[in-house]
Amino acid sequence: MSKKAKIKAKVLSQKMIAPDIYDMWFSTELSKDAHAGQFIGVYPLDGAHLLPRPISICEVDREQSSLRIVYRVAGQGTAEFSTWKEGQEAELLGVLGNGFPVDEGKGKKVVLMGGGIGIPPMLQLAKELAAAGTEATIIPGYRDDKLFLKEDLEKYGRVLVATEDGSVGTKGNVLTVMNELQIEAEVIMACGPMPMLRAIKAYAQEKGITAYISLEERMACGVGACLGCVCKTTHKDHHSHVNNARICTDGPVFDAREVEI
Amino acid sequence: MNTKVTIAGVEFKNPVMTASGTFGSGMEYSDFVDLNKLGAVVTKGVANVPWPGNPVPRVAETHGGMLNAIGLQNPGIDVFIERDIPFLKQFDTKIIVNVCGKSVEDYLEVVERLGDTDVAMLEINVSCPNVKEGAIAFGQKADCLYDITSQIKKKAKQPVIMKLSPNVTDITEMAKAAEAAGADAISLINTITGMKIDIHRRSFALANKTGGLSGPAIKPVAVRMVYQASHAVKIPVIGMGGISNAEDAIEFLLAGASAVAVGAMNFVNPYTTVEVVEGIEAYMKKYGVEDIQELIGGVQE
Ligand SMILES: Cc1cc2nc3c(=O)[nH]c(=O)nc-3n(C[C@H](O)[C@H](O)[C@H](O)COP(=O)(O)OP(=O)(O)OC[C@H]3O[C@@H](n4cnc5c(N)ncnc54)[C@H](O)[C@@H]3O)c2cc1C
Ligand SMILES: Cc1cc2nc3c(=O)[nH]c(=O)nc-3n(C[C@H](O)[C@H](O)[C@H](O)COP(=O)(O)O)c2cc1C
Ligand code: FES
Repeated sequence: MSKKAKIKAKVLSQKMIAPDIYDMWFSTELSKDAHAGQFIGVYPLDGAHLLPRPISICEVDREQSSLRIVYRVAGQGTAEFSTWKEGQEAELLGVLGNGFPVDEGKGKKVVLMGGGIGIPPMLQLAKELAAAGTEATIIPGYRDDKLFLKEDLEKYGRVLVATEDGSVGTKGNVLTVMNELQIEAEVIMACGPMPMLRAIKAYAQEKGITAYISLEERMACGVGACLGCVCKTTHKDHHSHVNNARICTDGPVFDAREVEI
Repeated sequence: MNTKVTIAGVEFKNPVMTASGTFGSGMEYSDFVDLNKLGAVVTKGVANVPWPGNPVPRVAETHGGMLNAIGLQNPGIDVFIERDIPFLKQFDTKIIVNVCGKSVEDYLEVVERLGDTDVAMLEINVSCPNVKEGAIAFGQKADCLYDITSQIKKKAKQPVIMKLSPNVTDITEMAKAAEAAGADAISLINTITGMKIDIHRRSFALANKTGGLSGPAIKPVAVRMVYQASHAVKIPVIGMGGISNAEDAIEFLLAGASAVAVGAMNFVNPYTTVEVVEGIEAYMKKYGVEDIQELIGGVQE
């Protein structure tokens, strides 16, 4: 793994792709070593908001040395990001976290599940899996017909949409799709809200398959120093010795069996 | 130009340290910072046995600062001695170990275990606001502080820094109690107890409800307390609280600190410590300061 850094980046483009959901490309060297499931810290420019905001890597373009994030306006920091225009200088901390184990998908039936703002990391993941010869089934779960990233995902696998209100695709959540369309999985890779991840953990356990899930927690440092972002683990980890893994460095991606959520 | 400072007989190449709990044991920041450039690395608090810490959320951002209630999660002194000290020994910097405990016996056990290790000084955290039992009580009553300090001094092989809490009525009283009990130095400030409420969820931002405030928001309070404490005692003072650049650090030196530590701002700008080292040198050059000693307590009355 390469060295982490806080570096300047430039906004290449930004557009709103669904209500409150923004799609932004940065020109940054961090793209060199960025992988699916990892994240970056984006700093608000406003000096009162000091901490970097953790945002997943949605897509990497190594040739253009650029990185894409897709985020929802959730508070003051992301509200500020949404005002950034092409050419805006920003500061990024990265690349952070472990990322998804793309190799574990080799020769297996892989299903990717993204819930809401957990969909963005699935794009780079599908891309890396495809590059490694694994075509995944991708199940993005949305609230309603305000879809985003669907066309992008379709480039790298079979996409089966779920919506809570049934306006598009299967009515229900990502697991409703699994059951109703009788999708078989040997490995699941997922990101989304905690109730969805809990359901996936239970589903994987019941089916006796492996699920890699990406967790979220409030962070300060993002690099493993402050111990702010821990989650309970089933095994004693080498770092804390008290069954507390750091989501920012030991994660955010964990084997669902290894974490108590 | 001399940037060296000596505290309780220990010489530091410059007065810039890391604040306990914000820098791990250096490992996590070695991608960003050449640890050889720092005066000292002050480690995360370590207890006699592993502590799991508090439930999450443990951190929350506030205007110009942050609250934390980590609850002193640590792997215990055994792992610390096996892993963290050998790591830090590779670098040309001084090691200061921050010690925490729930009872006097806990503290003494850690202090004794560290006796024959290669650490330069001990910093005793009697001021963590985030642990239910013990800890802070030692730091909020002058007689308790006197008692624990003198007991630790009897056992400690290294010079002892008592880390003071700002959550007291009169900081000079605490500083004097530590000095009277034989402390070799004091450090301050630890975090200021605070609270944040999420109005949309109508819930506390931290699982622990209260947390310690740190970052630029607390700097004026810290400067004032460092000034008061350093004028109340003869032992050296290590100043911290919201330092984000060399200007801030110099303010603490002028107020009376013999050394300074960078805390929460490491999270914001992981290069802060080295930038402070370089910035102090630039300031000394600019104003023709030959010896950093001229700056310590150098504010004009
Ligand atoms: C590993 C990881 C990856 C993420 N990836 C994405 C992504 O790709 N797209 C996206 O829209 N969101 C993502 N999030 C959530 C995103 O970090 C928050 O929505 C964002 O930090 C909110 O910042 P704010 O200033 O707008 O909100 P405020 O509420 O004003 O933020 C206050 C503080 O709380 C923190 N915070 C608030 N909500 C969250 C949250 N849900 N998780 C962690 N910290 C939070 C902020 O970072 C900040 O320090 C991710 C979170 C994590 C931990
Ligand atoms: C996340 C975090 C963890 C901390 N842990 C400790 C600790 O273990 N022991 C200690 O004495 N102080 C601890 N502190 C307090 C800092 O060392 C420092 O005294 C305080 O944060 C003020 O400095 P700052 O504003 O530069 O952060 C911690 C602070 C933070 C933000
Ligand atoms: S955010 Fe500091 S340890 Fe994870």
